[in-house]
Amino acid sequence: MKFAATLAFAVAALFGTATAQAQDNVVKIGVLTDMSSLYADIGGPGSVAAAKLAVEDFNPAAHGMKVEVVSADHQNKPDIGASIARQWFDVDHVDVIVDVPTSSVALAVSEVAREKNKAFLVSGAASSDLTGPKCSPNTIHWTYDTWMLANGTGKAVVKTGGDTWFFLTSDYAFGHALERDTAAVVKANGGKVLGHALHPINTSDFSSFLLQAQASKAKIIGLANAGGDTINAIKQGAEFGITKGGQHFAGLLVFISDVNALGLNTAQGLVLTSTWYWDMTDANRAFTKRWQVSLPGKFPTMVQAGVYSSVIHYLKAVAALKSAEDGRAVVAKMKEIPTDDPLFGKGVVRADGRKIHNAYLFEVKKPEESKYPGDDFKLRATIPADEAFRPLKDGGCPLVGG
Amino acid sequence: MFEIFGIPSQALFGQLLLGLINGSFYALLSLGLAVIFGMLNVINFTHGAQYMMGAFAAYLLLQHAGIGYWPALVIAPLLIGATGVVIERLFLRRLRKLDPLYGLMLTFGLALVIEGLFRNVYGSSGLPYQVPESLEGGRNLGFMFLPNYRAWVIVLSLAVCLATWYGIERTRLGSYLRAATENPVLVRAFGINVPRMVTLTYGFGVALAALAGVMAAPIYNVSPQMGSDLIIVVFAVVVIGGMGSIMGAIVTGFALGVVEGLTKVFFPEASNTVIFVIMAIVLLVRPAGLFGRTG
Amino acid sequence: MERVLDEPVLVRRRNAGRSVGAAFAVMVALLAAAPFVVYPVFLMKALCFALFACAFNLLIGYVGLLSFGHALFFGWASYLTAYAAKAWALPPELAIIVGTATAAVLGIVAGGLAIRRQGIYFAMITLALAQMMYFFALRAKFTGGEDGIQGVPRGRLFGFFDLADKTTMYVFVLVVVLAGFLLIYRIINSPFGEVLKAIRENEQRTISLGYKTERYKLFAFVLSATLSGLAGSLNALVFQLASLTDVHWTMSGDVMLMTLIGGLGTVFGPVVGAFLVVAMQNYLASFGQWVLVIQGAVFVACVLVFRRGIVGEIAAALRVRL
Repeated sequence: MKFAATLAFAVAALFGTATAQAQDNVVKIGVLTDMSSLYADIGGPGSVAAAKLAVEDFNPAAHGMKVEVVSADHQNKPDIGASIARQWFDVDHVDVIVDVPTSSVALAVSEVAREKNKAFLVSGAASSDLTGPKCSPNTIHWTYDTWMLANGTGKAVVKTGGDTWFFLTSDYAFGHALERDTAAVVKANGGKVLGHALHPINTSDFSSFLLQAQASKAKIIGLANAGGDTINAIKQGAEFGITKGGQHFAGLLVFISDVNALGLNTAQGLVLTSTWYWDMTDANRAFTKRWQVSLPGKFPTMVQAGVYSSVIHYLKAVAALKSAEDGRAVVAKMKEIPTDDPLFGKGVVRADGRKIHNAYLFEVKKPEESKYPGDDFKLRATIPADEAFRPLKDGGCPLVGG
Repeated sequence: MFEIFGIPSQALFGQLLLGLINGSFYALLSLGLAVIFGMLNVINFTHGAQYMMGAFAAYLLLQHAGIGYWPALVIAPLLIGATGVVIERLFLRRLRKLDPLYGLMLTFGLALVIEGLFRNVYGSSGLPYQVPESLEGGRNLGFMFLPNYRAWVIVLSLAVCLATWYGIERTRLGSYLRAATENPVLVRAFGINVPRMVTLTYGFGVALAALAGVMAAPIYNVSPQMGSDLIIVVFAVVVIGGMGSIMGAIVTGFALGVVEGLTKVFFPEASNTVIFVIMAIVLLVRPAGLFGRTG
Repeated sequence: MERVLDEPVLVRRRNAGRSVGAAFAVMVALLAAAPFVVYPVFLMKALCFALFACAFNLLIGYVGLLSFGHALFFGWASYLTAYAAKAWALPPELAIIVGTATAAVLGIVAGGLAIRRQGIYFAMITLALAQMMYFFALRAKFTGGEDGIQGVPRGRLFGFFDLADKTTMYVFVLVVVLAGFLLIYRIINSPFGEVLKAIRENEQRTISLGYKTERYKLFAFVLSATLSGLAGSLNALVFQLASLTDVHWTMSGDVMLMTLIGGLGTVFGPVVGAFLVVAMQNYLASFGQWVLVIQGAVFVACVLVFRRGIVGEIAAALRVRL
């Protein structure tokens, strides 16, 4: 009988997990990411592949360590993310969680990691609150954040004449933070914000928001959203004649995967800020080639590169401490030793948990400029590491002495 | 450029038109629900999933068979309608003698199965479907830029709704249908195969949902969860209109789309909830719905 | 017409008390021993849902009203409890009262509207009202929109018991859920409960006997909403989080499934169903969206061939009431 089987299965599953005690000399890395929804191409399976490459390159056997990588799908819901994190820490002996490409989930997981004293390395989430008011001694924010995006793209756009803005904002922690940080940059550089429209995450129909943006007569429509939402907004904007009417989109968070989904024809000329691009150095290209074994035809995003870089540094710290048990101690060690890896080069982790490195302002190439697949960006400016991120004293992180 | 209540007319007319487009989908879907309910006394919770399947059928026809939008407009509803026939034969028929709530639970379960299957295969981020070439571009109406495709959606939806209404209320076949709802035994005595009529009616209602899905594909992305949130709004539309009235379903659908558009101009925060608020008010004033018969 | 509210088994009355008592003793023993073997957070979640499903069952199983919007009460109570505990720094017992009271008020409003119609209409109206409040939760400031309310402190119960402690929290949840369970059992076996069952069997006749059935229905609805709210409040403290998931229509579907699997109108069915569904969601989570498919398939199977549910079938086989 179906139900007898279900029942037996459920009971077996219950006892199964309770008795499955992990051996604790193993360092377990949990890649918590969006496996199926709108951020799946930004993090997702590509992040899992990057974490595995990092473990391979670190070569745990040489350090007398055993490292395991597990992964799960948080479906962009904070409650699901938090309960997976809790179960990973409590039952499955996971030592560190990486990636988490949704700010609301990242904030929730950060709370859990602090409570259980484990480590949390954010690569995919953007909210600068993670190293601001909500910073934690157990959390490091690796790849990028909303302040850095706003500072890069916002400043560049205002300086080239885009001085009136209307925001289309994704209605959750990340969107709010991105709009807030960008609006501040726009105003600081002499621009004006004319209004905003909040839309729920994963919106399919942008028409009425676009109409509001059109009516505002702002020169720039700032997209304080990400992934599928950014793609949809730009596509439907073309349908409603936004760009023909003389208004321009500023994608505040645009990944190479989004550019490929839009096609260069639609995306050309978009200005974006990123901390990593696959075609910048030989090391990056070599990494991309190895990464593409698991994800043929795709190109790694900065989030996936950040997962690689953060895992390498984490394992170095664990090797130095010879234990991954105390998450706070590992994170403290990570702040103490300077970072150095093939993808992000040399850098540091600041007291508030912010990883510091260069940022770059790119422009999306015209279709005729692109020579081969993935040849999407041209470099417009390099923002040096000490200017790229929010100054330590401005974040309001309680960990920063004073 | 003039203003109405302090709102620029451009924004007002624009949102009204967008409301009419949304209303087209509400009308088509609530029409399908009403047709099915009238004959089977079942609230078809699978309707949203079937709308989604229509959109996917169009997408898959294009990807795997190279069949474009225009043929898909006919083929997809036929295909999905056929799956509806199977569902009626396999499942719904067995519930005929039970409390209609079982029908609701069954179709809810089916909706979960279908949505889950599509999510497994296609993820949930949505797949693009291009606007047919002949309807690309748009025209400037002065107050807004109206993409041609969206204008077509309004026209087609209106035509299909009216044709359905005519078919049921004004033709001989329609009169059999209506009679069978009232008194199946008697109609059977006249030599009409009532069970087959029931099956075909369900198939037709499902086909309407699928047609709406094909029409939606170029506007919204094709995604597994596109139907599930929409269907709840459509339920509210049906409650407001009163079930069992064909014209009621059509008129309410379009009207509520427009009301929603207006809300987006004057009170955008409430645009998601306005239909539900109207439903509550209608229930207080006319529990049977605007077009429903009391009792 | 076979009805949703169909009494699963007809048995001689004198057996009833004994079989229920024995089953209750077994259930309490199992739940007391369980945290030594099973992950306690999982158990607490399942307990909260067990209470939720029992409250839902009070309505469908004993009055014959299928509410498709019970997430409304569960979720909003969860939000208010989380908010009270976090923003107002209320102790847990008061935070729970705030949440539960909210659910009661919502129950009065939603119930007052919904009981104007019956059957399918009732289901659709509750669904629509719940969806309206879902959008409200999405928009409202205090709910945190897509973020939810995070990092809710569990606090000290009566200023004394520290709920941050796993065992204390488990005992607290267990005690509250069992109390709720007993309350529901008491209600359905009271004279009030008898009237409810009479309404379920034949509302017209009950009216002709001089009962104001509308009032009875409303009162039952509010009770069910309140207890659902209690479950939601507890859940917020267990997970220290209130989010949109709790108010979404899928939550209403989940609780319906729990009750249906366990057995509509049985005393223990909802508890069994809740444990099964939560276990399924937890341990099959790695299969991603297949969980949805399986849940849907179970729904279909229950409706087509298994309308009495697990406990209903067992009770029928043993010829007892459970």
